[in-house]
Amino acid sequence: MTRLDGGSTPQQRERATTIFEKGSPGRRAFVAPALDVPEVGGLIPASMRRAEKPRLPEASEPEIVRHYVNLSKRNFDLDSGFYPLGSCTMKHNPRLHERVAALPGHCRLHPLQHPRRAQGALELMFALQVALGEIAGLPHVSLQPSAGSHGELAGVLLTRAFHEDRGEHRTKVLTPDSAHGTNPATVTMAGYEVVKVALDADGGVDVEDLRAKADEQCACLMLTNPSTLGIFDPNIEEIAAIVHGVGATLYYDGANLNAIMGYSRPGDMGFDIVHFNLHKTFTQPHGGGGPGAGPIAVSERIEPYLPRPQVVCRPPDNGGPPTFDLDVDRPKSIGKLRGFQGNYGVFVRTYAYIRSLGAEGLKDLSEVAVLNANYLLARLREEVGELLPLAFGERCMHEFVLSGAPMKKELGIRTLDLAKRLLDHGMHPPTVYFPLVVEEALLIEPTETETRETLDEFVEAIVAIVREAAKDPDVALNAPYTTPVRRLDEAGAARKPRVRQEL
Amino acid sequence: MSGYTAVTEQDLEHMLGVIGVESIEQLFDGIPAGVRLDGPIDLPAGEPEQAVYAELRRLAARNVSTEDELCFLGAGMYDHYVPSIIDMLMSRSEFLTPYTPYQPEVSQGGLQVMFEYQTAISELTGLAVSNASVYEGPSAVAAAAYLAKAVNKRSRLLVSRGVHPDSRETLRTLAVGYAMTVEEIALEDGVTDAEALAGGLGDDVSAVIIQQPNFLGSIEDVRALCDAAHEHGALVVCAADPLTLGVIEAPGNQGVDVCVGEGQTLGNRLDFGGPSFGFFAATEKHIRNMPGRIAGETTDADGRRGFVLTLQTREQHIRREKATSNICTSQALNALGGVVYLSWLGRRGLVELGELMLQRTHYARQTLSALDGVSALHDQPVVREFALSIDAPVDRVLERCAAAGVNAGYALGRSYDEHPDGLLVAITEQRSRADIDRFADVLGNAVAAERALADAGAVA
Repeated sequence: MTRLDGGSTPQQRERATTIFEKGSPGRRAFVAPALDVPEVGGLIPASMRRAEKPRLPEASEPEIVRHYVNLSKRNFDLDSGFYPLGSCTMKHNPRLHERVAALPGHCRLHPLQHPRRAQGALELMFALQVALGEIAGLPHVSLQPSAGSHGELAGVLLTRAFHEDRGEHRTKVLTPDSAHGTNPATVTMAGYEVVKVALDADGGVDVEDLRAKADEQCACLMLTNPSTLGIFDPNIEEIAAIVHGVGATLYYDGANLNAIMGYSRPGDMGFDIVHFNLHKTFTQPHGGGGPGAGPIAVSERIEPYLPRPQVVCRPPDNGGPPTFDLDVDRPKSIGKLRGFQGNYGVFVRTYAYIRSLGAEGLKDLSEVAVLNANYLLARLREEVGELLPLAFGERCMHEFVLSGAPMKKELGIRTLDLAKRLLDHGMHPPTVYFPLVVEEALLIEPTETETRETLDEFVEAIVAIVREAAKDPDVALNAPYTTPVRRLDEAGAARKPRVRQEL
Repeated sequence: MSGYTAVTEQDLEHMLGVIGVESIEQLFDGIPAGVRLDGPIDLPAGEPEQAVYAELRRLAARNVSTEDELCFLGAGMYDHYVPSIIDMLMSRSEFLTPYTPYQPEVSQGGLQVMFEYQTAISELTGLAVSNASVYEGPSAVAAAAYLAKAVNKRSRLLVSRGVHPDSRETLRTLAVGYAMTVEEIALEDGVTDAEALAGGLGDDVSAVIIQQPNFLGSIEDVRALCDAAHEHGALVVCAADPLTLGVIEAPGNQGVDVCVGEGQTLGNRLDFGGPSFGFFAATEKHIRNMPGRIAGETTDADGRRGFVLTLQTREQHIRREKATSNICTSQALNALGGVVYLSWLGRRGLVELGELMLQRTHYARQTLSALDGVSALHDQPVVREFALSIDAPVDRVLERCAAAGVNAGYALGRSYDEHPDGLLVAITEQRSRADIDRFADVLGNAVAAERALADAGAVA
C-alpha cells in the first residue's frame, strides 16, 4: 500500500481531462423528437436571439458514460470504506430509500399538483412532521428548509419575528466558541450581531460568561448539544433558565442529534427551535455535498411565525378518511424560504428510514453510535493517548475530539499529515482543525453502522502512522502517495483562480 | 436491533469491557435526570424492508404524477425527459455517498464534476464565474440580493412582478435579515414595465431583479432593463431558465451582473419540488463575494493537474460571521445531473431542443387561443410557456380538464390578483402535437361546459 519511491498508480499516470476536452465536433448523444408542427420563422426577435451557441461538449453517449464512470473512480466514498468525518454523521445509506424515492408517483409528481391529487405526498409529509416533532419534543414542524444552514436561518428569522411581534427590537445572538461556522454566518445574514460565549474547563458553556452576556438585547442563544466536542452539556437546564430569563429564545443546532435519540429531546431541554439535518441523522446520502434538508421543529410560542405553506391534516367530512392540504393562510408567517414545499425526495427517504427503524431502532442507533465512539476513543487512548490526547473530559457521546498538539511536538507531524497518511490506508480522515477551540483538532465520529472490526482497523492504521512517523516523519509529511493525485497546491489555486475550462 | 447496526452480544461485552463500563446506559450518564426522556419515543414500531416498500408504494399511488396524466403544468418546474444515463451516474456509490470534498486527493471525481459544471453554467449564462451550485432557484435569487448588498451597501431592491412568486416571497423573507426593502415593478403587456422601473430607480437601489423568460413566459428585453439599472449604479440580477438559453441571448451578454436560477430543467426530476439545484453565476469582479463552494484548478506535488475547493476564505467555516453566506454545501449530486444532462444534450442539442419547444409552444398558443372563450393574455415572444385568459372560472376549468386526464396548467389568480382569469401553460419536448391537439379538445370542452353553466345560471 505504501509507495515512497515516486512511482505512480495507473490513475496517476493519466492526465485529468474534462468532458469539454473530449468528444469531437458533430458528435451527439441526444436525438431530438421530430418537429411535428408547421415551422414558423421569426418567433424570437433577432436582438433577443442567442448569437453564438454555448460551447457545450459534443460527445456520444458511450464517451459521456465512460468519462463520468472513470471520474467517479477518482472519489473515495462511504460505500467503499470508513468515513469517520466528525459532525457529518457518515452512516450507511440504505438503498431501499433510493428505490422508493424513484417510484414515479413520488419522483414525477409536479410540485404544484393540486393537493387533492397529491394526497400521498402530503400524507407522507404530515406523518414526517409528526414523527420529527415527537423526536424533537417540539410539536410544530416545517419541512421547508433545504439544509442545516437554511434551517438555522429560518430559526433566527423566526426568533426575530417572535420578538418584533411583541414590540421588542433585540440586536444580539449568542453562540459558543465551539459552534459550527454556519451559526455566526447565519446570525449576520439575519441582521444580528454575534456575541461569543466562552467555554468552561470541561468544554461546556461557561455559565458565568453566559450570565454576564445574556441581557435584554439578546434575541437568542444558538447551541449544539452534545457540542462539537462530543460532550452533553451538564448545565443545560441552567443555561435554558438564563436564556429564557432574559426573554431570549434557545436554538438547537441538530447536527449532533444522532447521539441522543430515545434518551433526551431538545424540547425537554428547553429549546424553542430545533433544526434537523436529514442528511446526517436520517441518512439522506450526502451526494458529494448535497442535497440535504434542514426541517425545523418549534415550540407553541414560535408556531405562528413558521414558514408557509404548512402541511395540515383536515378532519374527515362525514366519516371519510382525513385529507391533507397545504395551508398558506398564515398571517404571521415569516414567509417562504425557497420554492415550493421543500426537498420532498429527501422526505421520502427519511420517512422510509423512520418506518424501518421505529422508536426502538432510533434508540438503538443512538446507543450504538455512542458505544462505537467510546470504544474507538478508549482504544485510541490506550494506544496513542500520549500523542493524541482527548481534548476534554473522559468519555464522549457520538463523537470526540483529539488534539494533535503533542504529536506535532514529539514527532514533528501535524494533524493534517496524519490525515493525509490515512488516505494511503484506504480510510477517509476525520474532520481536521475543527472545532477551532482545540489545537490541531481531530474530530472523530464513527457512527453506528460501522463494525467493531472496522474500528479496530482504524486504530491499527493510526498506530502504524505514528510509529512510522517516530522513525521517519517525512513519510507522513509528504503523504499521500497512492491516491489519484498527491497534495494539491491550494494557495496557488486561490491566488490565481481558474474556475472554468478554457474553451 | 436493525439491520443497519452490527453489535453482537460478544461485541457488546468486549466493547463495554474496553471502555470500562457495565452497560450502554452508563454511557448516557452525562445527561441530567431533568432532561431525560422517561418513556420511549412515541412512534410506530420498525418494519422489515418489504413492508416499508409497500407503504411507500401505497403513498406513491395516492399521487397523480406526470406519468398518470397529460401535464401542461410548469410555473417553475417542468416535465422534461430525464435521460437514463443520469439515473445510472447519480446512483453510483462514488457520487452518491461521499461528502463535501474536504480531502481533495480522494475527491478528484467530485471536484472535477464541479469544475465542469461551473464551465457549463458560465457558457450558458455568458458570465465568467459560476459557483458549484446552491440549494435551488428562489433562494438563489435571495442569495444574489445578499451579494448586491455586500457589493454596493445600498438598501433597496426592485423586483419585477415577472419574477417567480416564490422567488419574490423568498426575497421578502430574507431581506428582513439583510435590512433591505423590496419593491415590486409592475408588468405591462406581459413584460416588465420600463416606465415603472425608471420611476422606481434611484441611487439607493442596490439591485434590479428580473426573470428570463419571465413568469408569464415572455422574453424580456434584458439589455434595455440592464441599461436603465446601470445608469443608477444598481446591479442587475437575472433569474434565468437555463434550458431556454440555447435560443435566447445569454443574460451575461446583455449586461446582467448576476445570473441565478432553478436547475431542475437540467436533467433533474420533479420530486414534488426538490431536491434540485440552484445555479449562481456572476461577472469576474464579483468572484470574492460569491456564496458557496467553488472548485478551482491547480497542480499536485508532482505537477499533475488537479482540482480543489478554492477561495474558501469567503466561507463560513473560515470567515464565520463575516462570510459571504451561511451556505456550507452545494447540491453536488443534482449539479452532477445538470452537467451530465448538458453533455448529453450537447452543443447542437441544446439549440435543437430550444427550437422544438419554440415551435410547439407557438403551435399550442395559436391552437388554444383560437378556442371559444380562450385568448392569449399577452402577445410577447415566448419559448416554452405562455399565458391565456379564460372566459370561465379557471379553477373549475382545471378540475374538468383533470377529470379528462389533462393537467391544464397553473391558475395565475393564485399569485396574480391582476390576472384572476389567467392560465399559464407549459410545453416541454414530451408534449407532442397530438398531445396539444387533445389538450385543445379537452380545454375547449371544459370552457364551453362552464360557460353553458354560467349562461344557464344567468337565464335562471
